[in-house]
Formats: sequence, structure tokens, C-alpha cells
Amino acid sequence: MSKDIKIKKGLTIKLKGEAEKTLSSAPRSRTFAIRPSDFHLITPKMVVREGGKVQAGDTIFYSKSNELLKFVSPVSGTLTKIERGAKRVIKEIIIEADPQDTFKDFGILSPESSSAEAIKTRLLESGCWPFIMQRPYAVVANTEQEPRDIFVSALSTSPLANDFDFSLKGKEKELQAAVTALSKLTKGQVHVGVAKSGSSPFKGLKDILLHNISGPHPAGNVGTQINKLGPVNKGEIVWTIAPQDLVIIGELLLTGKFNPERIIALSGSEVKTPKYYKTRIGSEAATFLYDSGLKDENVRVISGDVLTGKKISPKGHLGYYSNTVTVIPEGDDYELFGWNKPVFDKISSSRALTFSWLMPNKKFDLNTNTNGEHRAFVVTGVYEEVFPLDIYPMQILKACMVQDLDEMEALGMYEVAPEDFSLTEFVCVSKQPHQQIIRNGLDLMYKEIG
Amino acid sequence: MGLKQNLHKLKEKYKGTKMAPAFNALHTFLYTPNETTHSGSHVRVVDDLKRTMNTVIMALIPCLIFGIFNAGYQHYAAIDATLRLDPLGNFFTWDNFILGAWTVLPLVVVSYVVGLGVEFIFAIIKGHEVEEGYLVTGMLVPLIVPIDIPLWMLTVAVIFGVVIGKEVFGGTGMNILNPALTIRAFLFFAYPTWMSGDKVWVHGAKEMAGKPDAISGETILGSLAQNQEPIYSIWDSFWGFIPGSVGETSTFLILIGAAFLIFTKIASWRIMLSAVLGALAMGLIFNGVVNAGWIQEGSSFYGLMSEEFWHHLVIGGLAFGIVYMATDPVTGSQTNKGKWYYGFLIGFISVLIRVFNPAYPEGVMLAILLMNVFAPTIDHYVVQGNVKKRMKRLKAKTA
Repeated sequence: MSKDIKIKKGLTIKLKGEAEKTLSSAPRSRTFAIRPSDFHLITPKMVVREGGKVQAGDTIFYSKSNELLKFVSPVSGTLTKIERGAKRVIKEIIIEADPQDTFKDFGILSPESSSAEAIKTRLLESGCWPFIMQRPYAVVANTEQEPRDIFVSALSTSPLANDFDFSLKGKEKELQAAVTALSKLTKGQVHVGVAKSGSSPFKGLKDILLHNISGPHPAGNVGTQINKLGPVNKGEIVWTIAPQDLVIIGELLLTGKFNPERIIALSGSEVKTPKYYKTRIGSEAATFLYDSGLKDENVRVISGDVLTGKKISPKGHLGYYSNTVTVIPEGDDYELFGWNKPVFDKISSSRALTFSWLMPNKKFDLNTNTNGEHRAFVVTGVYEEVFPLDIYPMQILKACMVQDLDEMEALGMYEVAPEDFSLTEFVCVSKQPHQQIIRNGLDLMYKEIG
Repeated sequence: MGLKQNLHKLKEKYKGTKMAPAFNALHTFLYTPNETTHSGSHVRVVDDLKRTMNTVIMALIPCLIFGIFNAGYQHYAAIDATLRLDPLGNFFTWDNFILGAWTVLPLVVVSYVVGLGVEFIFAIIKGHEVEEGYLVTGMLVPLIVPIDIPLWMLTVAVIFGVVIGKEVFGGTGMNILNPALTIRAFLFFAYPTWMSGDKVWVHGAKEMAGKPDAISGETILGSLAQNQEPIYSIWDSFWGFIPGSVGETSTFLILIGAAFLIFTKIASWRIMLSAVLGALAMGLIFNGVVNAGWIQEGSSFYGLMSEEFWHHLVIGGLAFGIVYMATDPVTGSQTNKGKWYYGFLIGFISVLIRVFNPAYPEGVMLAILLMNVFAPTIDHYVVQGNVKKRMKRLKAKTA
């Protein structure tokens, strides 16, 4: 049954540099990169060697622990370089693009008339499977286990986020194909969360269960919606997919091509003209960064939003799952008496001579300074104000830190992903790395239990 | 080249050395560090622990200033009782201030120098940063001791409190008992003659005892515990023109501090409110016992039991304890639900101890310390409620 969900606890962070709703095409990138670190806990086994030619959709590597789990090239070209780090871990796979794409043809597959098995095989062989994430553990979905339900959050409440109502406009056909196909892979439902007002392309689709979501961030996080619609119990698995990836799956089914085009929001206070760009997974960020222009040299480029994204260099590449690129100023400077003077230009969760509470609609220009040093957990009650999940945030973080598996399980570790703790991390007075703590906790559980 | 660059160079120079924590503690006092985010959220709120602690100190400053004047006022009023006829007119005078500053500021200095000294030593030995917890403790300590406490006693107590109360557990954020109250409890049990009776609350009372010009100053609670009618009105005690520990006498200023702490969201209103309710509840019970005639006028508990229930909030250190010490987030309950139980029991037990402990008629210190010990237990049961809900959900699924 469709539910209206109203989130009360949370915090919408308003930042300067929201992407204007105009769409430009980014110049075609010269090189593309796949970073295996985007696929958490997956060790790549290379199929193509340096110098090998690939088409868009050709397998580049598969998971060492599961041969079925394939990762494909987003573009046609030549694999020029496999960059390795310590212990020969593959850090980046660089593909030099052809001027024009050629696609591997997987063949058209009608989502309505195909069997679950055929759809699953197609998703696996075409490299679309890694778009499907699972909970528990927040990793690429297990290929063996059927999910209880599938969740898609089609509204974003995170700061400077991609507005799906804009970026997915006109993609109804692809979205429909994808959700129909996915609905066959579960006995449960495909839950889609949308904003109550607004013209989501998901409104009017069939084979889904639509939920109206409202409230401050993290209302748009899929983890929040899962928690309110049907929390994950021990032994269960649910899948989550980002809406922009449904488009790629849909196009694959309808045309037989793996065409990982993506409309990203380029935003942030350091971008001269923040707007939407049509680009492709793995593209050089420079293609759109310099098209739009940056205001300063000393900036942080984030593939993703400011709460959960990954830092990349301005010459780096768009992450596999990112639908946003945010550029904000670096904060590597000292501030005289920053700890006691009245503050008007930064966001605060308190009112201790901080005045952001007076300006609920002001857009702030935040930098990457931590605004204080790392400390033990001291202040209590702050996380709860921004954490809508029915979980005790500080207690679960502490359980992760002491690696108490029983306690982690009891407190709801199966339900969470690191991104659920991005807001508590943002407001943390002790500047603890919440997302890292949760990630380590999940990894430990995966190793010991999962 | 300014101060900023020079300090930055020094910081780089000290990096990795034993003295780095000591230097950084002083450096971060001047400048928020140039530290940027590395993982997770790329942006952070402006609040840090220094700001949090500083806010509590700001809320304590009025109490400190009032305490300085009150130290002088109580001394002169004990000599010349006519001063009490117009407390307001005789309160904010230079004489009071000078005598008060002369007696109170050494307590503040000793508390900070000794306490922070211990913190610095531990930080250097253990190689962690100097954490801010003692900034508040150091201000609380001089406000909750009797005015004439010898400085060497305070030194011993502060060392004990910081080492045993905090550092052995791992420093700020890890301690079980409120450090300021640990210090006070140490003083109380080690040097009881300096911490209770009618000779310690007014400057000079102890050294002039037995002499022809002897003065004394009984607190309201002391009088009540001996079934005597206190000489101060409830309004005296609300405004704070009464003898007591240095900074806890003015309920009025404590209320202002409480309002400030609640408004700034630094201290928990749940703990404060529930502690007030707890104290009122226990007061009402005792009033009921007296009204029912179960306690006769001759009983040693009669004085305190028959005191009107809401007076308990105004007299003694209860208000100060509730606002500034029960709300310590580290040693208090950490769950919102738990805070209600925790606070309520602090208020409840404070009044209970007050009434039944004639030797030491202030219960808030022991009540808070006791509840500090039980706070993790309260939290455990609150969190178990959440865990059980999860188990039930699982059972409903698999059934």
C-alpha cells in the first residue's frame, strides 16, 4: 500500500551554487576511468589487458569472488593504463576513448514478456548489475539472493543535489522498462519515493508502489525511506537503485546497448555557472568543470554531494554512481578565535553564539574546514535531532568502534549504510568520522557474518 | 608575516615531538586549526567542543561575579548584622568586591592551574591532544567549595579528581563520574571539618572561632537540619544574599544561566525539567508525611521535612547542581528518554538525602554522583527497548 511519509527529524543544508535548470552537453571526454574502489569490497579480476580494444559494454573485469559479476566499459576505445597502488591494488583503469562510440549489442529484451531469469542474466552480462546495491552491508547486490523489496528514492534532499524531476524528464519509457524488469526479480514491491509536489517522471508508471515523501534531509535518502516503509530484518535483503541508473538499465533493455549517459548537476559555490550537464560515467571532470569555469584554484572537487561524495582532483574522473559534482572552497586556513567568536556565515546545530538559526533561508558558503579538532564523544542529543531512523546513532557508532558484533546486530546494523550517518557526521561536535566508522563496522560484519 | 604564519611554522616544528600536544593546546586557543575533512562529509558545522565548553563557562560567569561580591558581603554582614537590613544596597560595594576577589580568585587560579597542569602532563605522556573538558570543571570547582578552603587542600583534591575521576578512564568523554563533583566529594570525605558546619561558609569564621569577635554563618539547610528557623527569607535565598558555597547561592542567576544553556541547546532541558519535577515530588511527599502527622515536631527530620516543598529548589545547591552538573553530557544519561529518568531521580534523591542526612544536609552532590553511576544502566534499558522492538519485528516476520 502506498504510504505518505513525513520526516520530522533532519536538517536541510542550504548552500550557495545550486545548479541552474539548463542542460548543456559536456564536451566528449578524451579518457574515461573506472575506479574499482567505487565498488566496495570487490576485488577486480582483469579481462582486458593494457592496450586492448573495447566497445561500450565489453567486460573489463569481473569480481574475483563471483565470475558472474561483470564490470563493463562505459565507452569504446583502448584500455591504456591500469594504475596500481600499494600491494598492486588496482586503483584506476583508464580507457582512451574513440572519437565515436561503438556498442556491444546485447539484443532487445522485452521486460514484460521476459522471465526473471532472462532479465537477471542480461543485467549481469551487460554490466548493469553493479547499479543494484543491497542492504545489509551497503555493497553491490548479491547475485544469488532474491531481495525482499526494491527501493528507489526519486527525490533528493541532500545539499545541492541533482533534481531528478529535471534530469530524468522525458525518460519515462526507459524508467518504465527498468522498473518492470526489476519488479520481476522480487516477490515484494518496487517502492519509489517521490516528492509530494513536483512532477516526478515516476508518477504514472506501473509496476511500482509510489510513496509521497516530505520533510528535511535525509528524507530523500533511500535508507530513511526503507526504515519507514519496511526496515531490514536479520536474514533479509533489500535492493536499492538510484533513479539515474534505472535509465541506463531501461535503455539496455529497450535498445540492447549499454549507454551509461548521465545528466549530472554541477554545483557549488566555486562553480562560475552551476548547471546540468549531459555526460557519461567515468568522464574527465575537467570536461564540464572548465566548460562552466571555476572561481578559484584552491577548491575541492567532489564527485557526489558534499555529505557523501568522494574527493577527486579537478583532472579526475566522474565516479560510477555520482549524479552530482560539487565544488566548494578548501578550508585549509587558520581562523583567529574561531572557537568563541560569534559566527554568522557558517551553519551550526546549536545557538552558542552561532546565528544560523536566525537565517533559515540563507544559503551558506561552507568550506572543507573541520571547524575544530577530533575529540571523544562528549555532547549527547545532537545526533538524534537530525537522525530520523529508529536507531540509536551514538550507541551504534560506539558498538562499531569497539567491534561488538552482537551489539551492532541488536542495534540495527543491518538497516544502515554509511550515508545514513552523513548528517550526524556533519553536526558532530567531536568531529568523529561517522561514515568511516559505520563502513568499518559493516565490513567487519560482512567478513564475520555475511 | 604575521602571528598566524609564525605559529604555523612552530606547529610544523613541534609536529611529532612530545611537546606537540602542549603547543597545539595553546595554538588552537588562538586559532581554529587549518584541518580539513578527509573522509565522509566534506563540510562540518561550526560547533566544536571548545565552543560548547566556552558556552557553559559564559553561563557560569554571572555566578562567579556574584560569588565574589557575596563572599565580601557575607563576611561584613556577619560582623555587622545591620547590613542585612538592606542587602541590595550593601551588596555591590567595592569593599565586598575587593575582599571577595582576594578570596575567590585564588581558588579559580589554583583550580585552573593545577587541573590544566595535570591535563597537559597526561596529554604529553599519552600523546593525545589536550581536551577541553577541564575548562568547565575548572570553573565549577571554585564555585562549589566553601570560601575558606585552604588552597593546598584544593590542590590535592583537584589532582585526585582529574587523575582518578577522569584520566584513568581515558580522559574527557570517558569518565564515569562528574570530575567537579568528584573533587568536591573528595574534599568532603577527606576534610569534613572544612566542608560542613557553621564555620566554613563565611570568610574568616573559621580562624576567628573561639575569639571574642567570632562570627559564624549557618546555611539555611544547616539551620533547618537542626530544627531552627533560618534567619534568611526565601527571597534572600532566591536572590542569593545567603552564605553557602562560593557561586551557588543565587537561584536567580542560575535560572538565567539555565535559560541561556537551554536556548543555546548546550545543556539538556529534559534533565533540568525532570530534576525539578523530581525534587518537587519528593518535597511534596515529605510535606504529606508531616501533614499526616507521622512526624512530630521533636523529630530531627521535622525541620527539613516540613519545609515547604518548592523551597527545596531555592535553598542549598540543588539548583546549581541541576543546571550545571546534572547536565554534564558525559556522565549523564545519553538517551533522550533516559535523561527523563536520570534527571527525575537526581531531584528526588537530592531532597531525600537532604532530609535524612543531618550531618550533611546537602544531597545534590551525592545524588548526582549516584545517578552518574546508574546512568549507563538507565541507558541500557532504554536502548534495550529499541532492541526488543527489532526482535519483535523479526519474530513477526519469521512466524
